[in-house]
Amino acid sequence: MGQPVVEIAELTKIYNGTTVVNKLTLQIEEGEIFGFLGPNGAGKTTTILMLLGLTEPTYGEVRVKGFNSTREPLHVKRMTGYLPENVGFYDDLTARENLRYITRLNRIPDKEATERIGRALESVGLSDVAEKDVSKFSKGMRQRLGIADVLVKEPKLVILDEPTSGIDPAGVNKILDMIVDMSRKRGITVLLSSHMLHQVQKVCDRVGIIVNGSLVAQGTIEGLGKEIIAQGENLLEIQVDELNSRLIDSLGSITGVITVEPSGDMLTIRSDRDVTAEVSRVIVRCGSLPLHMRSKDYALEEIYMNYFQEGCPA
Amino acid sequence: MRAVFWKELADYFGSWRFFILIFLICLVTLYATWAAAEAILDDVTDAPTESVFIRIFTTGGTVPSFLEFIAFFGPFIGILFGFDAINSERNRGTLSRLLSQPLFRDSVINGKFLAGLSTIAIMLAAIIVSVCGLGLATIGISPSSEEITRILLFYIMSVLYVGFWLGLGILFSVLFKRAIVSVLVPFGLWILFVVFMTMIAGVVADTMEPVDRYSEAEEVAHHEDIEDNTVLISPVHLFKEAAGIVLDPERRTVHGLTGARMEVDQRYLPDLLSPVSLRQSVVLVWPHIITLMGLTVICFGISYVRFMREEIRST
Repeated sequence: MGQPVVEIAELTKIYNGTTVVNKLTLQIEEGEIFGFLGPNGAGKTTTILMLLGLTEPTYGEVRVKGFNSTREPLHVKRMTGYLPENVGFYDDLTARENLRYITRLNRIPDKEATERIGRALESVGLSDVAEKDVSKFSKGMRQRLGIADVLVKEPKLVILDEPTSGIDPAGVNKILDMIVDMSRKRGITVLLSSHMLHQVQKVCDRVGIIVNGSLVAQGTIEGLGKEIIAQGENLLEIQVDELNSRLIDSLGSITGVITVEPSGDMLTIRSDRDVTAEVSRVIVRCGSLPLHMRSKDYALEEIYMNYFQEGCPA
Repeated sequence: MRAVFWKELADYFGSWRFFILIFLICLVTLYATWAAAEAILDDVTDAPTESVFIRIFTTGGTVPSFLEFIAFFGPFIGILFGFDAINSERNRGTLSRLLSQPLFRDSVINGKFLAGLSTIAIMLAAIIVSVCGLGLATIGISPSSEEITRILLFYIMSVLYVGFWLGLGILFSVLFKRAIVSVLVPFGLWILFVVFMTMIAGVVADTMEPVDRYSEAEEVAHHEDIEDNTVLISPVHLFKEAAGIVLDPERRTVHGLTGARMEVDQRYLPDLLSPVSLRQSVVLVWPHIITLMGLTVICFGISYVRFMREEIRST
């Protein structure tokens, strides 16, 4: 891992006495896709705005590639592409004209800008509607145009605020593919905020979970899962073709198994370690067949719910 | 800032708002000019032979004069161009995208103001030139160089005047998030200044110096003074008075903002009936111009500070 692209230290924001972001400390490494997760109103957008220098922190510090976002916002904005939630465009301009305005604001020479705009529109699949007014665009197209808008700047860091909200599943996949593409092919660091966990799960290298303005956990998804497993237990759901008491007794005698609860033809086995292999062997030895087995591993959703409940005492 | 300026300028010129406005104003002012020309031609026999051409701007026939139209419609143009400058960006969701680009925040508001001002300047220039053209065609007298200078001066004042309303519009577009509010408030002010200001001035004068038919002449004069000065709080009347003096060499008194009645220096006026020189006219309206400028700067200054300090909040 290289030098961190984003360094957030003890970042705090208080709006009219309410602490929106509370002593947030976080680092994002070069080239990774970082998922910034939390329920609505957790302080994700506020943190992002402080990162861009659009909002001043009450205290604490944000640095992007070593530049202080509050004091040197222009340096930060020059190398950061930001796609706000509910991104807006000038409806009476075409897609190309909208991007052209951004390149002018970034003082990119016209000739180079034309090339960049062409490439960006192509990579988001909007080349054939480039000359159409944005007012005719669907929500998904606008979001893709937003990504193109970020790409024309050729940024080092891209910040996407809820990029998948309000978009149909096919559109979500397209956008997630573009994000992965952006990171893998262009080596751009991506900060992605979302409350849609299962979507983000697929693409993030690391996630941070923010609840009520505090970062309650960060790490890889598996890492966070293990953390919970370490303090909890494994659950195994099994459906067998023939259920008898001998089988239940034998299963209960496997080391690590805590309880075996039958319900209908289903068995729920609680254990303090992964016992899947032994369980299936025992079932077969007892003359039965496992029809269906499901290890309830902790998906991001459960990880998130777990932290979410911890973070919210109510 | 240049990028913002050019984009906004293109927006203004491409907008429906612009076409409707310029169409309406051309229609109205050209009609006013034609009516004025008719009126001038009618009494050309006993009217002074000097400064005939310039009277095209101030002569009211059956319809108000060109000057009055500008005084009346100028605010309309300014407000319409300014009222949604900032809050439309906010509502469309383009503001945060715009501000996340590497530009100083003041470039946005400066660019917008300058673009609006340039649009107004171009629009007014077009209108005044066409009025002059129509005047030339109908009256058939060409303006003297002094008259041209007076028209130029009038043009600059008009731009300044409409610029003030533009600044006011932009101010409310920064203060209010909803476009409907930011358009209603300045229009309310406009109506206040255009319609009610004379009434308010009357009330103020009556309270400060009550007069009846037994009052001394001095008291009546004082009453009038108060009324005339109070009315100048309104930029509409300020502009009307100043533009009237610049355009009409026959006018020679003005009410100073300090309350003192300013008289044209008698030494420059050997003959009371001769027209006021251009230089004297300028001296007379100088305070008006400075006040208009000051008002514009105040309006724009407040919006500037508010916009710079405003924090971009989520949602």
